[in-house]
Amino acid sequence: MDNANAEELPPRVNLFVTCLVDQFAPKVGMSVVNILEARGIEVHFPPDQTCCGQPAFNSGFRNDARPVASRFLDVFEATEGPIVCPSGSCVAMVRNFYQDLFRGHPNELARAERLSGRIYEFTEFIVDILGIEDLNVRSDIDATYHRCCHLLRELHIDEQPTSLLENVKGLTLKPMERNEVCCGFGGAFSVKMSDVSTAMLNEKLDNVVATGASTLIAGDTGCIMHMQGGLRRRGQDVQVVHIAELLDAESDLNGAAMR
Amino acid sequence: MKSTTKEFRNAASKALADVQLQQAHEVVYNGFHQARLSAAGDTDDWEAQRTLGKAIKDHTIANLDYYLDMLATNVEKNGGNVFFARDGEDANAYIRGIAAKNDVSTVIKSKSMVSEEMGLNHVLEADGIEVVETDLGEYIVQLAGEAPYHIIAPAIHKTKDQVADLLAEESRSERRETAEELTRQAREMLRAVFQRADMSVTGANFAVAETGSIVLVTNEGNGRMATSMPRIHVAAMGMEKLVPSAADLSAMLRILIRSATGQRISAYVTMVNGPRAHDEEDGPEEFHLVIMNNGRDRLLRDESLREALNCIRCGACMNSCPVYRKVGGHSYGWVYPGPIGSIVSPVLTGLKDGAKLPSASSLCGACHEACPVKINIPRMLLELRSQTAQGEPDPKQQASRFGERMTWKAWRQGMMSRSRFEVGSSVGKIITAPLNKDGWLKRVPPPISGWTDSRDFPAPATKTFGKMFAERNNPRIGQ
Repeated sequence: MDNANAEELPPRVNLFVTCLVDQFAPKVGMSVVNILEARGIEVHFPPDQTCCGQPAFNSGFRNDARPVASRFLDVFEATEGPIVCPSGSCVAMVRNFYQDLFRGHPNELARAERLSGRIYEFTEFIVDILGIEDLNVRSDIDATYHRCCHLLRELHIDEQPTSLLENVKGLTLKPMERNEVCCGFGGAFSVKMSDVSTAMLNEKLDNVVATGASTLIAGDTGCIMHMQGGLRRRGQDVQVVHIAELLDAESDLNGAAMR
Repeated sequence: MKSTTKEFRNAASKALADVQLQQAHEVVYNGFHQARLSAAGDTDDWEAQRTLGKAIKDHTIANLDYYLDMLATNVEKNGGNVFFARDGEDANAYIRGIAAKNDVSTVIKSKSMVSEEMGLNHVLEADGIEVVETDLGEYIVQLAGEAPYHIIAPAIHKTKDQVADLLAEESRSERRETAEELTRQAREMLRAVFQRADMSVTGANFAVAETGSIVLVTNEGNGRMATSMPRIHVAAMGMEKLVPSAADLSAMLRILIRSATGQRISAYVTMVNGPRAHDEEDGPEEFHLVIMNNGRDRLLRDESLREALNCIRCGACMNSCPVYRKVGGHSYGWVYPGPIGSIVSPVLTGLKDGAKLPSASSLCGACHEACPVKINIPRMLLELRSQTAQGEPDPKQQASRFGERMTWKAWRQGMMSRSRFEVGSSVGKIITAPLNKDGWLKRVPPPISGWTDSRDFPAPATKTFGKMFAERNNPRIGQ
């Protein structure tokens, strides 16, 4: 049913790329752009965006998180149409946690509620809004998929990435033990409780390596940095990619450079 | 029980290094967690039953004064006594009083986490009273001189060999080997105690307000023995552990037992309706119900934390928790370990000292997903992080360091303008350039230095996405 609703597709979306992708993994953002543009959707990147406020919020510093979150509302309220974001964690922040952050701030609370009706996680947008389950892409690799916590349990987004991956031609998906268990990232937790976080990471990476896959796919850049950083330190040659990179026919990953 | 929550990190490090403990923790996921998943999967309308459970608890807690009053009235109508204890000391004093008045020399216990809050065993022992736990797991940790490791599986951290040693030493008899022999040995040892006990102290999985009943859920039958053999029965419960009616009880038992052990029903569900009536042949002569506050009113008053009182102590959150599975039950430093313990323990024993516990979570949400009454534990952990980070509403509870507060102020400055965001990214690139090996760093400076203890850290990208995108759309920008 590729592009079945072509006429009803939103002509333009706004990209909230997230501070981590912006600073550490811009290629992930470019893959999102490529995939959407290939379907005739114009991608607008509000150039003033920074962060949704999650890092300070998760650490308990709500007085520092609130102005940043409020600024996020300013930036995206100035746009129209859907907001697409390649991170379950940041969408969960806006959709689920702004109500706590803005408790006692009725004006912002109402604004946050309106905005959360416009924001979509990337795979959710492709499958649920565009109605596309097959992005018509080829990737001849053995991979395994880690179900990132906030995607899975805060947003209940699981079938969407799974069906997108199942439809990638040439891709062999290896089942992973405990693929729903956290990798131990947890933002500041990975630094504040480094040894506990590492123990969780090692369990995750043992399960990843046991699949024999060459590539680990995940949907959140924080978790990807964590797992890739751990694999590198352990000297294990598994590459960790964002699902958008894998689904992007133009990414280096899928040999675009050779075509 | 004295709280050592402040020592969480040291205790956790020790547990992480203990190979035997790490192995023991696996049963929590492979056993209990999987059993719960399979029981939930086999139950029609599991989600609807969770929703009902949550509704019952929400309603009860919202009308707690009303139902506590109803419960007390009905327990007294059934011939029992009710004591509302402000805290552990208060409860201990009441129970000591009963023991003294009745010349009690042996007290048997059936699993009670509230009695752990009180530190009751030590108090009674100091009065020269013999106190024996009769739940097998509790008995084992008592012999080892330890606290329960898990709220429904107190001795889950002990190996069969360790149990064999403990029982052999206590019974001064031959060391047994197999699980069957060990269980029989414990049973023989406990049988004698049951026969000589004059008083029992049990917990209560639920109390039913409209009937004044106390309900115990057990698999070993020790609950039934403890509530029927001794002359005096004292049940201790947290003030949140009641349901309005017998119909509500039935709904709660369905979700409690499936969530705790994966069983459809436990081997025993014991309902106690006060002391022996005139026309009854057995049962205690006296029945006392101790209803404990011990700081629970702080949860009740704080709307953002009130949901913690919905907990029915099934242990599903700890069984699903990847942090519990690494650090184990004792690291949490007080009676209730795991995700729900990370809310309850700091609030009950002191937020400032307990501030480490709400931080001991990756916020993965497995606990929220597992909870039979849908308690949103991650939300409350975040709430407590906020209360301790910035000391709001109570400045005395602030537990964050100056440096941490300054770090977040600086972060905020950086995030309040796109140009500062870009500058921050460039500065990061310059600082890390000498350490940058193919895009990754082996060491990073504080405050994030903990990361590179065990993981490489990605170097900032050559260009931010913002720049990359702008240049693509307008190639002249990059020149």
